Amino acid sequence: MTHEHLPDSDIAIDVHGLTKSFGGGPAVVRNLTMQVKRGQIYGFLGPNGSGKTTTLRMLCGLLTPDSGTGTCLGYDIVTQTNLIKQRVGYMTQRFSLYQDLSIRENLEFVGRVYGLASPREAATQAIHRLGLEGRENQLASQLSGGWKQRLALGACILPSPDLLLLDEPTAGVDPKARRDFWNEIHTLAAEGLTVLVSTHYMDEAERCHEIAYIAYGVLLAQGTATSLVDESKLTTWTVTGGNLNGLLAQLEHLPGVDMVAPFGTSLHVASRDGEALARAIAPYQQDANLHWVVAKPTLEDVFIDLMTSAKDNF
Amino acid sequence: MGVFRSSFSRFWAMLVKEFIQVRRDRVSLATMIIVPLMQLMLFGFAINTTPRHMPTAVLVQEDSDVVRSILAAIRNTAFFEVRIVARTEAEIEYLLRSGQVLFVVEIPTGFERAVRRGEMPALLISADATDPVATASAFGALEGVVQSALMHDRVISPNGKTPPPFEIRLHRRYNPAGDSQINIVPGLLGTILTMTTLIFTALSVTREIERGTMESLLAMPIRPVEIMLGKILPYVGVAFVQAILIIAGGYFVFDVPIIGSLPLLAGFLVLFIAANLSMGYTFSTLAQNQLQAIQMSMMFFLPNILLSGFMFPFSGMPLWARVIGECLPLTHFLRIARGIMLKGAGVSDLAQEALALAGLMLIAMMIAVTRFRKTLD
Ligand SMILES: Nc1ncnc2c1ncn2[C@@H]1O[C@H](COP(=O)(O)OP(=O)(O)OP(=O)(O)O)[C@@H](O)[C@H]1O
Ligand SMILES: [Mg+2]
Repeated sequence: MTHEHLPDSDIAIDVHGLTKSFGGGPAVVRNLTMQVKRGQIYGFLGPNGSGKTTTLRMLCGLLTPDSGTGTCLGYDIVTQTNLIKQRVGYMTQRFSLYQDLSIRENLEFVGRVYGLASPREAATQAIHRLGLEGRENQLASQLSGGWKQRLALGACILPSPDLLLLDEPTAGVDPKARRDFWNEIHTLAAEGLTVLVSTHYMDEAERCHEIAYIAYGVLLAQGTATSLVDESKLTTWTVTGGNLNGLLAQLEHLPGVDMVAPFGTSLHVASRDGEALARAIAPYQQDANLHWVVAKPTLEDVFIDLMTSAKDNF
Repeated sequence: MGVFRSSFSRFWAMLVKEFIQVRRDRVSLATMIIVPLMQLMLFGFAINTTPRHMPTAVLVQEDSDVVRSILAAIRNTAFFEVRIVARTEAEIEYLLRSGQVLFVVEIPTGFERAVRRGEMPALLISADATDPVATASAFGALEGVVQSALMHDRVISPNGKTPPPFEIRLHRRYNPAGDSQINIVPGLLGTILTMTTLIFTALSVTREIERGTMESLLAMPIRPVEIMLGKILPYVGVAFVQAILIIAGGYFVFDVPIIGSLPLLAGFLVLFIAANLSMGYTFSTLAQNQLQAIQMSMMFFLPNILLSGFMFPFSGMPLWARVIGECLPLTHFLRIARGIMLKGAGVSDLAQEALALAGLMLIAMMIAVTRFRKTLD
């Protein structure tokens, strides 16, 4: 290519200070800066309405940022969107292929739009790769949710892009299909593809090389799953036995307790201030029915804490 | 009682929901209220079933008092509007065939002398009878007017009892029987195609938006022009098949002749179809939802019927209505279809109309491509 591509750069996504608002409303993405290395699987987490979809859309040229600059695969996200679209596969949150076309017809359509030499051949390969054989002539509207997701992923990777932007690709997909899906993504990443994937599932977050957490349009933390847990200032206890429901109601309002959440037969109690938490739970530790253990905070604990403390700041 | 009440409650729920939805779509709401009024005013003033200002040419071969007063009288009527003074038969032939005039008044040499000698010379009026409505009203207008002109000139006695000293011979060109089907079938061809083509493309973009497929489409490296052409071209074929069926029906069922060249008609048809499809596509890019797109198409369709010359003689409308009419593909196509099918017109007669169609199509396409929303902002 003759464009000012940066082939030697190992950064696939490099954006600074992205801000976006709709129709004069408040910014739904604020001053977002992030880098994603080539070949990485980068998880994008955050509560509903935090601006994940909006960010992905800015990265692939579907939305124009109000301010901020950046590049995607070395192309400017404002001025070179046509070049970005050529190299990026974007899987929308809501199924957005043609419901009234069959699987094969949808895939061939995508192949032709990207100018592949043989769209039929490419579609056949994608059908094989996704295990959609036998269903290829089924209309997309007749597919179950999980199969639709698989078709959408197939359409995204058909033109062999360098970057995948996946918006909640596994929402509503069964665990086995989800695992297959992630195996597929890891295979692709091993081949050099960069993947930015938004999700609400913690196990998926842990399957990413790196993750970023966004709330209220602000990127609150990024790093590997373990580093995020390690860097968090949370102290967590798990408690088992006794009447946990009654205990939850009592603990929730104690000073020094930031978060209490039931997990099956145990309760997670966490706080940003370990000493305050220790003081708060001391009376309950006397209870012989209750069994208290210091635990490592989970990724979910970390995220919920990030979200609640971010809320306090707005 | 309880059954009735819960049924009413469900009906009420639906009614309230629909009302909220209608109220929320401001553009549609405005169209619902303003457009009927606007159209009433528009068509009320534009449509005139007693046509006036019919474009007329005169071919005069002598310059005499009688001739001058006949011409002056014709000019004075509201019905004829003498636009062109022709010099040769060939010129007249061209003017009629290309539809530039609907009437030609021909006064032969030696007319005055023949009148004075009581030889009853003929004043020849050639009418483009492909539009029987316009032609029919011409007769009444003519006779009285010419007589009064001659009376004024004291050629005939003031008591009016004497028969006119010349005869008016009306020559219905292209449709000697005054058969209205002959005129209506080419008109229907254009009208039906306008309707079907508009609907083909008017929903094409809004449908993608409402079904959510636009998001995927926009994320792919496809450009607005490519989307537009890809959505228009298949329907050129579909509409062309429709046209063949209508023409064949007109030919076999209603005996509508096809005097001119079929390939030429086919070529112009493709242009006309493409122009209308582009109009529909443009509405699709301007509308925010399918309802708006349909309303826009209807808003566009009504003037096509009323101001194109399909229902009422085009030249009988006021200038401003004719200007609107000139912006409608159907107006130009009607002249083309009537010209080729009924008058045997050729390329040179219809070049202007073809250019107009191409121009309208390009303008519509340019609006569509520039107004196409390339992002979801
Ligand atoms: N086209 C739009 N017009 C107006 N507001 C919008 C538009 N798109 C998104 N928003 C607003 O921007 C905010 C962020 O939305 P976004 O879809 O990016 O969130 P998200 O992180 O993807 O949420 P989820 O996890 O529910 O998919 C929301 O408050 C939403 O209401
Ligand atoms: Mg989203």
